[in-house]
Amino acid sequence: MSAAGLQQLQEMLKIRRFEEQCIALARADKLPGHYHVYIGQEATAVAACAALAPEDFIFSTWRNHGHLLARGASPVKMLAEILGRSGGYASGKSGTLHLSAGELGVPSTSALVGGSLPLATGAALACKRSGKGIAVAFFGDAALEEGAFYESMIIAQVWQVPILFICENNSIPPKERKRGQYTSSTLPAERLGDVPQALQVPSEAVDGTDVAAMNECFARLTAEVRGGGGPRFVEVCCSRWPGNIMTWPELPGGEWQIDWAFGGKPDHEGMATWLESDPLQRYLKKLVAAGTLDRAQVEAMDAAVLKEIAGAAKLALESPFPPASDAYRHVFAAQEARL
Amino acid sequence: MKITFAEGLAKAVYESLAADPRVVLIGSSFMGLNMTARKLMEPAVRDYSDRMLVTPVSELALAGAGIGAAMCGQRPVVDLGTGSFIYQAFAQVANEAANIHYMSGGQSSAPVTFYCLAGMRGMGAAQHSQRTQAMLGQVPGLQVLTPGGADDAYQLLKWCLLKSQNPTVFICHSLLFTETSEIAADEPMLPVGQARIRRQGTDLSIIASSITVPRAMAAAEILDKKHGVAAEVVDLRSIVPLDRETILKSVAKTGRVVIADECHKSFGVAAEIAATIAEEGFSYLTAPLIRVVVADVPIPFSQPLEEELTVSPDKIVAAALKVLGN
Repeated sequence: MSAAGLQQLQEMLKIRRFEEQCIALARADKLPGHYHVYIGQEATAVAACAALAPEDFIFSTWRNHGHLLARGASPVKMLAEILGRSGGYASGKSGTLHLSAGELGVPSTSALVGGSLPLATGAALACKRSGKGIAVAFFGDAALEEGAFYESMIIAQVWQVPILFICENNSIPPKERKRGQYTSSTLPAERLGDVPQALQVPSEAVDGTDVAAMNECFARLTAEVRGGGGPRFVEVCCSRWPGNIMTWPELPGGEWQIDWAFGGKPDHEGMATWLESDPLQRYLKKLVAAGTLDRAQVEAMDAAVLKEIAGAAKLALESPFPPASDAYRHVFAAQEARL
Repeated sequence: MKITFAEGLAKAVYESLAADPRVVLIGSSFMGLNMTARKLMEPAVRDYSDRMLVTPVSELALAGAGIGAAMCGQRPVVDLGTGSFIYQAFAQVANEAANIHYMSGGQSSAPVTFYCLAGMRGMGAAQHSQRTQAMLGQVPGLQVLTPGGADDAYQLLKWCLLKSQNPTVFICHSLLFTETSEIAADEPMLPVGQARIRRQGTDLSIIASSITVPRAMAAAEILDKKHGVAAEVVDLRSIVPLDRETILKSVAKTGRVVIADECHKSFGVAAEIAATIAEEGFSYLTAPLIRVVVADVPIPFSQPLEEELTVSPDKIVAAALKVLGN
């Protein structure tokens, strides 16, 4: 457990620091356009991607940074893309909204609510036909309000394709969730899983702040899907990070501090309360309590991560913008015009 | 070999299934409600039913699944049924398929074909008569193929299923099913993106596609027999890519133009062609061109009302005579 546990901690930390870097770049007017960060949900991507094989496909949303990092994407190429530079995965064409990495099985990312669900279902069809791999779709709770969700559940179930639907419900903590609030789901269902369950898609829920529970859940569900069991749906219950409640991401209480996991408190009430639901902090405290690592080791790990991300940001900023002529490239793929 | 348009479609589907195991049919009602033509699909159903998927009435997700499967190595054709139903799938067709190659910076491509039977088919009324090629032409990244003859129904569909590397909307017209063409087995197909001169002429150019191709041919015959006019008929074959070069060459030769198209007048296919001629071929014109198109009204059910709006050979002839100053 300890080596794998440390790796997962390191991956979560990397996502946290990457997202903080994005916010810093935006504040410095270097990251243009709207963007979304994955702070508070890091454990989901890390645990889910740990259950995947290289031939699997993942599909994400506008909140995709964590999914790509957990899949092993290069922070340099991601940041360069997010900044619209030629060194990015899509040489500046996608920005943050549509990040993709073909070589990692991330063929395309839709920034439309529910937009990736049919695509992921089709990828699963390709997996079934080729006998290789599975598809995983990450999406938020609002996707259940789209017809695309319902239609995708139907065809995934009718075709019995190998797909795991991972709904990251990052609404306000369940007890406090208020229907109709801008940031939360307005779906009139008691449990999100009731909707796919009604279509015979086996569904369950898991605590998005509990890494061990998610490791078990995703390992089991991906094995079922891989074994030909058809689609599965899982609701990951996350609590919305206070910095995501505003229209633009902010860092309430500043960047995350290791000290907060060792008795310190952020100078922000909402943040102090939310930290109990922070998967990173919970996992860190658990590993420390189990004696897997001590504070000095955490600090060393964090310093290395911060250094990597700062280096990535530097390289991304050094990457030139694409030439204007690039606007005309990649409208169509090359092809032969006759049989 | 002489084949009908419907036979061409069925032959393309069968041969593509036989040629490439990645070809998969998401829906397979290629012949719509035409029970006679449906029989043509029987060999494919007999031999390849394992590659024909059961399809719930979920156009949006079926289109999206076609895209997803295409991105991940398959060559799907999604049968959307009546052309109007593409609106149900629009978010996936226009906002996913069309953008994938571009927004991935060329990393991914989606060689998926969206097949539909579109157009004013007789008593389809407003919701089953939509022609969407003009609005689809406004979506960069989509190929829009509109065969107007059996030869192209066969070759273009087969090309989509076996060779295309891009998302394509394949728009058939059910009133074309009985049109026939000669196909020479040893002749290479006309490249996609190149218009076909269906009939040579020197007095005027009639630019047509899909259902207006046989109607333009009928009009050209009347013009020849009754009026001594030699009309050239240009069959576009595809709206995207649009073969501007062949259009301009024909206009340079004849100096007079009628554009016959079944889309609505405003912002339509004919409007784009007229704009191209105005920009790049204005000096060739010896008279103002005329668009014979569908008025900007929904398609009514009642037969005389639909006929009022239909692009007929007679309307094309009348426009031609007007352009010629007769």
